Amino acid sequence: MQFHKYDVVIVGAGGAGMRAALAAATEAGHAPRTAVLTKLYPTRSHTGAAQGGMCAALANVEEDNWEWHTFDTIKGGDYLVDQDAAEVMAKEAIDAVLDLEKMGLPFNRTPEGRIDQRRFGGHTRNHGEAAVRRACYAADRTGHMILQTLYQNCVKHGIEFYNEFYVLDICLTETESGPVCTGAVAYELATGEIHVFQAKAVVFATGGFGKVFKTTSNAHTLTGDGMGIIFRKGLPLEDMEFYQFHPTGLAGLGILLTEGARGEGAILRNASGERFMERYAPTIKDLAPRDIVARSMALEVLEGRGAGPNKDYVLLDCTHLGAEVLETKLPDITEFARTYLAVDPVKEPVPVYPTAHYAMGGIPTNIHGEVLRDNDNVVPGLYAAGECACVSVHGANRLGTNSLLDINVFGRRAGLAAARYAANHELLDLPETPSAVVESQLALVLSEHGKERVADIRTELQATMDANASVYRTEETLKQALHDVQALKDRYVHISVQDKGKRFNTDLLEAVELGFLLELAEVLVVGALERKESRGGHAREDYPNRDDTNFMRHSMFYKQGDGLKGDIRLDYKPVTFTRYQPMERKY
Amino acid sequence: MTAVTSERTATGKRGDQPPVPDGAVTVTVRVQRFNPETDSEPRWESFGVPALPTDRVLNLLHYVKWYLDGTLTFRRSCAHGICGSDAMQINGVNRLACKVLVKDLLAGGGKHTTITVAPIKGLPVNKDLLVDMEPFMEAFRAVKPFLITYGNEPTRERIQSAADRERFDDTTKCILCACCTTSCPVFWNEGSYFGPAAIVNAHRFIFDSRDEGAEERLDILNDAEGVWRCRTTFNCTDACPRGIQVTKAIQEVKRALLFRR
Repeated sequence: MQFHKYDVVIVGAGGAGMRAALAAATEAGHAPRTAVLTKLYPTRSHTGAAQGGMCAALANVEEDNWEWHTFDTIKGGDYLVDQDAAEVMAKEAIDAVLDLEKMGLPFNRTPEGRIDQRRFGGHTRNHGEAAVRRACYAADRTGHMILQTLYQNCVKHGIEFYNEFYVLDICLTETESGPVCTGAVAYELATGEIHVFQAKAVVFATGGFGKVFKTTSNAHTLTGDGMGIIFRKGLPLEDMEFYQFHPTGLAGLGILLTEGARGEGAILRNASGERFMERYAPTIKDLAPRDIVARSMALEVLEGRGAGPNKDYVLLDCTHLGAEVLETKLPDITEFARTYLAVDPVKEPVPVYPTAHYAMGGIPTNIHGEVLRDNDNVVPGLYAAGECACVSVHGANRLGTNSLLDINVFGRRAGLAAARYAANHELLDLPETPSAVVESQLALVLSEHGKERVADIRTELQATMDANASVYRTEETLKQALHDVQALKDRYVHISVQDKGKRFNTDLLEAVELGFLLELAEVLVVGALERKESRGGHAREDYPNRDDTNFMRHSMFYKQGDGLKGDIRLDYKPVTFTRYQPMERKY
Repeated sequence: MTAVTSERTATGKRGDQPPVPDGAVTVTVRVQRFNPETDSEPRWESFGVPALPTDRVLNLLHYVKWYLDGTLTFRRSCAHGICGSDAMQINGVNRLACKVLVKDLLAGGGKHTTITVAPIKGLPVNKDLLVDMEPFMEAFRAVKPFLITYGNEPTRERIQSAADRERFDDTTKCILCACCTTSCPVFWNEGSYFGPAAIVNAHRFIFDSRDEGAEERLDILNDAEGVWRCRTTFNCTDACPRGIQVTKAIQEVKRALLFRR
């Protein structure tokens, strides 16, 4: 075992983690000793897969302001958004984009040489009048450019990285005023060694958990580790039932095709060629928010208007955009369609269907990125940002581009807050035997105690989640999912890992990741069962309407008891309102 | 690299196999294995894997790992050619395993197909297909791959014309997968050569109209381990999964060095 001491430890090297590291290193007024721990290599994180853009009311191409952006974010989130947080995000969006440009990000440009902007789903002029050009972009590689630019700047500022260090636990030291975060425990993939990082402040930026689903735009490595660690510590997770299904995944594969395609004018059509979004969202049509478009697509298929031999997808028609727009503004998705479906978007429409994409819920934080331990109190020294966190700026449904914005605004805020906290606090003693939990967890997975294969359990988990907890849900399907997930948890106790070695044991890694997936899938399903209404990304066929009387509140999930089988306690947290009262959500 | 001597067909499996999908053919996946914990030198091992024409090579490797041999080790993440984790030699050519489809590798005339997979060359092998990326990343970091500017920052964004933005577009696409650098014969022989990827990333800034660090970078690349090592074999351009004109970028850097004063 090895020990390390830092002022700030950041877990995760995607956009939020690196933005936090840069804020801590360059903006805090002092330079805390900072380490970034990542289970991948830097630039492998899934921020790089984001395509379409990052919204900010720069008003470079048409009138816009951050208040409209705030409103769109709140309405897009079906009024479950904490409005103070949305306001912070929309206001700071402008500097967030300008900061990235100054760091070197190669945005597309207007004829005047300013940052160009395109339309995106749910982003509108003057509270819903028409789609507005708000998304700053770099072709359909905006996430790639953000990830590369942030890493380039980390190189510039000599940020210290621990690559392929898989964080499996945090250290909480009990004090008179409650638990304080004092470090993190990591498994070094290269050697199998355990490392304890003692720190004044820890920032979690570990991303999402899309791999609970089969059809997903998410990377294989997005297994909810950070959320799982927090949950196992008895700390809450918020709004986990809200999971976003991106409308345009490549049919059957789930690979993302950016909403920016529709921002540039692409149209969704059913088997008969009808532009069906005109029926569901007469004003902004194909640029309605993702939850609405995903449900509309699913309905078209359910009602027999799907395209293809099995009538199980719809078509994204880009043919009228022309080869030049596709090759210059949407080159990557054009290539994806060609490579993976052998479909040329220049000549024919692309088969698409909703794909599991983004967790609106996560580790609850306030607007400074401080992690909450209940509705009112924070865990001093512990911060979270990005998809693993829930501020909540996305509410029940995130608008497109707002995740790239979230990681930059709240990644920065969390990094700054952590650095400032570290400057004013001493290192506290670690709890006794800080690595005990991780050591026993790994020993258990490696011991001989059964014949269950990780791949089988994971495949069955993903199948039941796709079938029973995706775009549309009912009491019946959710109960089935809950039953299945709990049965899979029973089987997980008997998993067998074939690789018993110390060196780059990715067999072991996958087994540990599966444990987190199972845990989070259960939380998602329990939340979905208990939320007997339809709101944003959570659509209950048996409760088709939004119910503000009973459910205008955040869900807070707490784990009770030890081990994988512990119970889930569900509590609630009020939504923060500032200036917008809930209205019916029409587009 | 030590010569690969042993050759065997794997017989082990991890229990029953999942059902074979309609339309699948059995292909042989022949993988170079090496675990320094147990092997004194690399060896070849072959696995029979049911494959659909639309499967990615990555799917086949997952099949081996999940159902036949859990010790098979490789990196992967996004699985659609964006993260750059799974660069490897596939039938002797550097590719991302998630961007090569089985249908493009099938043997003609109904003959049995063998797909040979080995680690990318020129970097130390840590285990099976997983190599030590550190020398590669070190070369990247050495060329100052970040925007360098002097003087006060503007309040708003820097102005850049669409044409100036377009000038370096090609080299912004790099995902640091190392396909190019580890296909370069100069790099194989002299690991001290910066390699194509580092030069591509220097190019990305040298030709960015906002950047003021071109001289510093050109001095670095004028070094003995710099661009003059390039022998213009175009292996790098062929290998790039992002379609970057790597050799052209290197030539442009050479030209900038020749004509800079």
